[in-house]
Amino acid sequence: MSHDHDHDHEPVGNEPEAAMRPRALEELLVEKGVLDRERIRARIDWLVSRTPANGARLVARAWVDPDFKHRLAEDARAAADELGLDVGPSPVTLGLENTESVHHLVVCTLCSCYPKALLGPPPEWYKSLPYRSRTVSDPRGVLREFGVELDDGVEVRVVDSTAEIRYLVIPRRPPGTEGLTEDELAALVTRDSMIGVAVPRAPERELAQSSTSGGG
Amino acid sequence: MTFEPGARVRVSDRPHEGHHRTPGYLKGKTGVVERGRATFTNPETRAYGEDGLPERRVYLVGFEQRELWPGYELDDRLFADVFEHWLEDA
Repeated sequence: MSHDHDHDHEPVGNEPEAAMRPRALEELLVEKGVLDRERIRARIDWLVSRTPANGARLVARAWVDPDFKHRLAEDARAAADELGLDVGPSPVTLGLENTESVHHLVVCTLCSCYPKALLGPPPEWYKSLPYRSRTVSDPRGVLREFGVELDDGVEVRVVDSTAEIRYLVIPRRPPGTEGLTEDELAALVTRDSMIGVAVPRAPERELAQSSTSGGG
Repeated sequence: MTFEPGARVRVSDRPHEGHHRTPGYLKGKTGVVERGRATFTNPETRAYGEDGLPERRVYLVGFEQRELWPGYELDDRLFADVFEHWLEDA
């Protein structure tokens, strides 16, 4: 490789190698005119502006509208578009519906594929080797460590995002939420429940009591 | 090669140098096609600056966990999207 460009590759402070490598790559891509810094910055700004609240809105709508749930399972980007959410240039994303008899759990064993447009940047543990290796071989053990104990009769389906498609779990709607508004429902939908390692929050006690007294 | 839902398929265990999206723990394993997905550019060539054409179809394949891991006791399954050129009739 020619080395006639005039910047250096010296480390910045105590920069770890893992950070130095993408920085060097970015410098080269900018230098060669493949990317410009504004585009990189805009993309990072967009990415970190995505949060699990986006996915939670989709799940809450799916809980109150079965047709929407179906569309979310078939094409989450189109479903997000219906709600006015910006999914940017994101990959194909599908919803995975949890039911009484099936519990989905998402992992990417090859790297860290994640529905970033709907959930924001992934948590550190999602990218860790232990999560990626153990989720495929011992999903129930991993779920137990996250506090989810499933009956043996519930089929655990691990979905490994190996190729081009991203996945968003549609968790089961918690009991006692019949009287809640869509916004109140969305507040129960956690990031982890949309990865499949948790179940949604339980509603506040008063709400649970008032709605269960209605015979739900 | 195209595969219909319900077809039994084996993931090829041929050696492959370089980038690919077929996890090692599935190579040589047999599963059932759940459904066909869209076609996508091939990451094996796209990773090296090529256009990734022709596009290849991806299949969602379900595997019995007890066939993947010795000692796995329940009827759980694992699903993965596998590019068509990594699948063989089984």
